[in-house]
Amino acid sequence: MPDGRASHAKSPVFYEWYDRKPDMKHQTHYCPGCGHGVAHKLVAEAVTDLGIQDQTIFVSSVGCSVFGYYYFDLGNVQAAHGRGPAVATGLRRANPDSIVIAYQGDGDLAAIGMAEIIHAANRGEKIAVIFINNATYGMTGGQMAPTTPVGQVATTAPWGRRASTDGHPIHVAELLATLQAPVYIERVALNDNRNVMRARKAVRKALEIQTRQAGFALVEILSACPTTWKLTPPDAQAFIAEALVPVFPLRVFKDAETTAPGDDAVPVRPVAEALDIAAEPGWARKGRAGSPRTLGIKVAGFGGQGVLLLGQILAEAGLREGMEVSWLPSYGPEMRSGSAHCHVCLAHDCIGSPLVSHPDILIAMNNTSLRKFAASVPAAGTILYNGHTPPADFPACEAGIVCVPASEIADRIGAAKAANVVMLGALLAETGCLPEDTVTAVLDRAVKSPELVAMNRRALEAGRCVIASAPPR
Amino acid sequence: MLHLCKGNVAVVKAAVLAGCRAFYGYPITPASEITEAAALYLPQVGGTFLQAESEIAAINMVYGAAAAGQRVMTASSGPGISLMQEGISYCAGAELPCVIVDVARGGPGLGNLAPEQGDYFAMVKGGGHGNYRNFVLAPASAQEMADLTILAFTLADRYRNPAVVLADAFVGQMMEPVRLDPRETAAPEKSWAVRGTADTRRNLVNSFYLDPDQLEARVRRLDAKYRSAEMVEARSETYQAAGAEILLIGYGIVARVLRSAVEQLRTLGVRAGLFRPITLWPYPSAALRQAARGCHLVMVVELSTGQMVEDVRLTLNGTLPVEFYGRVGGNVPTTEEIVDQVVRCLAAATV
Repeated sequence: MPDGRASHAKSPVFYEWYDRKPDMKHQTHYCPGCGHGVAHKLVAEAVTDLGIQDQTIFVSSVGCSVFGYYYFDLGNVQAAHGRGPAVATGLRRANPDSIVIAYQGDGDLAAIGMAEIIHAANRGEKIAVIFINNATYGMTGGQMAPTTPVGQVATTAPWGRRASTDGHPIHVAELLATLQAPVYIERVALNDNRNVMRARKAVRKALEIQTRQAGFALVEILSACPTTWKLTPPDAQAFIAEALVPVFPLRVFKDAETTAPGDDAVPVRPVAEALDIAAEPGWARKGRAGSPRTLGIKVAGFGGQGVLLLGQILAEAGLREGMEVSWLPSYGPEMRSGSAHCHVCLAHDCIGSPLVSHPDILIAMNNTSLRKFAASVPAAGTILYNGHTPPADFPACEAGIVCVPASEIADRIGAAKAANVVMLGALLAETGCLPEDTVTAVLDRAVKSPELVAMNRRALEAGRCVIASAPPR
Repeated sequence: MLHLCKGNVAVVKAAVLAGCRAFYGYPITPASEITEAAALYLPQVGGTFLQAESEIAAINMVYGAAAAGQRVMTASSGPGISLMQEGISYCAGAELPCVIVDVARGGPGLGNLAPEQGDYFAMVKGGGHGNYRNFVLAPASAQEMADLTILAFTLADRYRNPAVVLADAFVGQMMEPVRLDPRETAAPEKSWAVRGTADTRRNLVNSFYLDPDQLEARVRRLDAKYRSAEMVEARSETYQAAGAEILLIGYGIVARVLRSAVEQLRTLGVRAGLFRPITLWPYPSAALRQAARGCHLVMVVELSTGQMVEDVRLTLNGTLPVEFYGRVGGNVPTTEEIVDQVVRCLAAATV
């Protein structure tokens, strides 16, 4: 026909005209003999046959196939080098009815993107990966690929790939087939008609699996790059058969379509309920004009002594009292028996710095904390120390020290883990900084079992008694 | 109503209320609570949570979900943010809205887990390759961790661009009363997204323009977008700045310390004020010039060796002396330390 249409009748999944080059709208940018054209055609045919053009998203990767979106009349997303499977994951999970194809080359998939492909496969992402293995970096001009056979010359392997320095080519299909999740993995080649027919079936199957939302499928396609191989197109086809197929055997590596995985989805709840912002009444700021300045409390001890929790209970109780509060932990990779401390501010006005550098109240749950922080407490402040007496060699400090053998008391009343609550009881009795019933309500809510509620209450009372029964100072 | 909430958890609750239904992340201290809260809450509201194999994968999953039109976010800290920079550049290049939370820690390298503000350059000045900007919001409280996360989603969608919540380890780890409105905001319609539907089939998400004229046109268009955002999206706050002789400038946790310092300085008879940028990009330059009018001196305090101070100097352009005080390594200055610095500075200035 005069306009040339008949000469390139093709799948409706390809655009009628290609905008890649304004003067050659009927041509792709691929070199003569390049396998991408055939592979594209197989993808387009499969999409047409399965009737999934509207649902399909084509993720083009970095490499010669970066321009996939000039050809495929599909939803198109261009991905960063190697990240196609991650991008496909985000797309597919956002729209579970979409069919997502990640089309990747060997540098993209098997070098820079190895982590992404292995983990997408291992998660069983419901995507189809079309992996073009031409054993070279085509777009950048023929550098060595992770799939380049030993001995093959590349611009970055001028003496050919040497196993001693570059290792052996990576077998992607075999590698991924060791994983449990993928349902279908096959390696095919585009070197002759028989193999092209097998490739056609494989691509179709990978996409058909997606229409059933059945799991991860990958087709590795041995494909020619005559330009970087420096071969004529016919010689390049022969090279696939002679040099690549012996290294990369053609076969099905996995065809393990199992029954759909069990429904282990988390039950969906209304948002406010899920976020726990509706179930419980929140607390309102009361704000008291002319009220005293911020009360700064520092709680310090070993990790595991409930130091951070004690601070949180104070903050929560302050909140229920309508105060401004802040709780700031010291934290680190250490868990049990490392040192831990937190800063708590209780105020009736906006809290500036949540750091308590000169605490009005220091709760020192161990010797180390007392030595570390006592000097920072001003003369009008209070130190509560977990012990009968301060250590013999402890230097005098400005603030008074109230000794509360909280750990010992907790042990005695059978509440060994509640030394922090004993100290809390003592703190409330000594300073009156928060009403005891509010703190009790917070404590009750902090634990699940009635036994623990009772234990906390015992501990709180025991701490209060230490102060109440102490001789006047 | 108010609930006691950790800044890092407030981020996720607010994100869900902003209509975010996908979170892709990788654990790192001090941002891990965000990833953990996302793992807890997102599946319960029908959303997607995925622990990615790396921050590189996480940001590219964000790219994919954003391309599909979903409100999506990730969170990390310095070392992970460094790995994400390529993906953030791609998101900006392809005009994909997404939210990235950086709970900054000590650097460079593995640094440590304590708060620092050494990521200012990386987030505010670009960080990744190419001509692009991130919206950068700097919360100073647990409440703002929530509020600015919601604002980040709004700005990201309004401008089709990544928006960063740049926090620090203290603001992220701190628990404070947080008020959350249980009413959800709906994410806007995105006709440009690629969803795998007939009406979005012709859409393309891409940042690749081989032709220099085409790429220049694209970059100019992005730049025009950034200029228009600069006109209207800068946000800041002042405290006792009117009539101040010395203006203290800081963001995030530092601004909280500076607020206390201003109060102490006022009791000492020093007319100190505070200027707190809430957006670090766009930088609130006009508001800063306004706040600094009448001051004799400004002092910038950062948990860095001097990053934001460059924007202050650019803004004031030599009109006022700009002093700098920085702590690094995870040390946060005390109120007394700042008061001391200011008094020393004023004494030196009057000599």
